[in-house]
Amino acid sequence: MIELEGLTKRYGDKLAVDNLTFSVRPGVVTGFLGPNGAGKSTTMRMMLDLDRPTAGSVRIDGKHYRQLDEPLKHIGALLDAKAVHGGRTAHNHLLCLAQSNRIPRARVDEVLETVGLTAVAKKRSGGFSLGMGQRLGIAAALLGDPRILMFDEPVNGLDPEGIHWIRNLMKDLAAQGRTVFVSSHLMSEMALTADHLIVIGRGKLLADTSMADFIAVNSRSFVRIRTPEPERLRDALAKAGASAPATAADGALEVEDLPAERIGELAAEHGLVLHELSPQRASLEEAFMRMTAASVEYQAGAPVPGAVPVPGAVPGGAVQQWGGSWEQRKQGKES
Amino acid sequence: MASATAVLQSEWTKVRSVRSTVWTLVTAFAVTVAVGGGISALVTATWGDAPPADRAMFDAAQTSFSGMFLGQLALIVFGVLVIGGEYSTGMIRSSLAAVPQRGVLLAAKVAVATALALVTGMVTSFTAFFVGQAFLGQRATTLAEEGVLRAVFGAGLYMTLITMFAMGVTAMLRSPMLSLGILMPFFFLVSSILAAVPKAKEVAQYFPDQAGARIMQAVPMGDAPYGPWGGLGIMALWVVAALAGGYLVLKKRDA
Repeated sequence: MIELEGLTKRYGDKLAVDNLTFSVRPGVVTGFLGPNGAGKSTTMRMMLDLDRPTAGSVRIDGKHYRQLDEPLKHIGALLDAKAVHGGRTAHNHLLCLAQSNRIPRARVDEVLETVGLTAVAKKRSGGFSLGMGQRLGIAAALLGDPRILMFDEPVNGLDPEGIHWIRNLMKDLAAQGRTVFVSSHLMSEMALTADHLIVIGRGKLLADTSMADFIAVNSRSFVRIRTPEPERLRDALAKAGASAPATAADGALEVEDLPAERIGELAAEHGLVLHELSPQRASLEEAFMRMTAASVEYQAGAPVPGAVPVPGAVPGGAVQQWGGSWEQRKQGKES
Repeated sequence: MASATAVLQSEWTKVRSVRSTVWTLVTAFAVTVAVGGGISALVTATWGDAPPADRAMFDAAQTSFSGMFLGQLALIVFGVLVIGGEYSTGMIRSSLAAVPQRGVLLAAKVAVATALALVTGMVTSFTAFFVGQAFLGQRATTLAEEGVLRAVFGAGLYMTLITMFAMGVTAMLRSPMLSLGILMPFFFLVSSILAAVPKAKEVAQYFPDQAGARIMQAVPMGDAPYGPWGGLGIMALWVVAALAGGYLVLKKRDA
C-alpha cells in the first residue's frame, strides 16, 4: 500500500507535482499514466525519498520511506535503468545493494536467474544493452522480495520479447498479492497490464479509476457498418430513431446509439446487404489524449492561426472539460 | 534504521568492485616511491655541487617523500571517484533507495575509502622512506633519529587526509569532472605557486596541503607559525569542513 497525501513539488515557480492524493492498493497492477513531463518520475522519486516534497507526504505501508527498516525488503523500484555504476559487474551491483539491506547473497543469483542475466552476471554493466540494463534494474527491484514494486517506464527500449516478459512479470507479481505501480506515457501499454489507472497531467490528478470504468466512460463505442446502399440504410436508421451516423474515411457508417444486433435486424427487415457490421471501441489512446490534451507539456507544432486557444489550468479531475477543450482545438486546427 | 555494519560491508563491495580503486591506489604508491627514490638518487649524485647552507639544512626523511606532490594526485582521483562515481553514473539513486539515511551512507563510504587510503598511505610512506634512504647512501637517516618516525608516520596520515578532503569536496560538488577540474590544478600548481610567493605565502601556508606537509619534515624548515602536528591539525580542520559541507549538500539536495 502506497498513500500519497497532498504531494507537491515546486521547482522555482513551476509546479511539477500539484497536490496529488491517491493510494496504490495491493493485488492489482496500478498504471500511472501521463504525458511526458506530467510529473510521473518526480512523483516516483519523492515516493523513494530521493526528492524532497515541497508539501505533502508519501507513506509506504504507513511509514515514511526513511523510517523503513531495510527499505529494499518493503519496496523495490526500477527508476531508470542507468542508476548503475557501469564499471561494476551485474553481480557486484546487486551484491552491494543486497548487503546494505542484509539480504542473503544467494538471493543475488536468484534474481539474476529470474531476469535472465545469469550468463552475463560477471560482465560489467556498462556494456549492457538498454534491455539488459532494464532487466538489471528489475533484478534490483526484486532483490528484497518486496511487497511493493514500482516501475518507471519499464518497457522503454525493450524488444517485443522483453515487453511481453515485463507485462507477465507485473501481472504475476500482482497476482501474488503485491502492490505493483507502473508508470507509462502509453495508454495502449497500460490497457494491456493495468487493472487500475491513475492519470496525471501537469502534475495534477486527472483520474483515479479502475481500468474497466475508464474504458466504459472514455472510449466512444459505435458500430461500424459497410453497405453498398448507404442511403437506404441511413433512412432505415433514421426511422428506427437513431441519430445521423458519421461517415468514416472509407465510406463506412459509424452508428453510436444502436447496438449491432438491432442494426442487423433493421438491415434484415429492409433487405439491405451488409458487408460489415462490427462493434468498435475508439482507442483508449484517443481517450487518454483527449483527457490530457490541455495538460500536455510540449505540444508538437506551432499554434494554427484562428485556432481556439487551449485553456490553461482547469481544476483537476474535470474530465469532461479536458475533452471539450480538445474537441474545440481539434476543430480549430481542421478549419 | 539501516545496520551500520551492513552498510559498511556494502560500501566495501562497491569500492573493491570497480577497477579505478586498484589503479589509483597502485599509482599513488608507485609514483610516490619512484619519484622519491629518483630524487634521492639525484641528491646523492649532485651532493658535491650543493651550497653549504642546503647541506646544513638537509632533511633526508623529507627528501624521500619528494614524490608525494605527484602521488597525492592519484589519491585525490581515488577520493573523487569513490564519491563522484555515484553521481556520474546515477548509482546514487540506487544507493539512496537502499540506504535512505543519507548520513549513514556517506559516513560508511568515507570510512571504507579512508581505511583504504590509510593502508595505502602508510605502506607508501614507509616504502618511500626506505627506498629513498637506500639511494641517499651516507646521508641517509633512520627511524631512530629525532622526528623521523613522526615524519614517516605523518606522511601516511597526510595521504589519508588529502583523500578525505577530496571526498568532501566531491560530495559538495556532486560531479567527478568538476571536482577533478578544481582539485588537480589546485594541489598540483596553485597551492605550491602561491606558497612560493612572499605575500601570498602568508595565506597559502594555511592551505590543507601546505599545512599538512609540515609533518613530513624531520628537520624544521621555514618559519611557519605552527608545528608538525599543528599543521596536520589545520589540514584535519579542512577535511572536517569539506566533509561537513558534503554531508549538508547530500542531506539537503534532491538526488
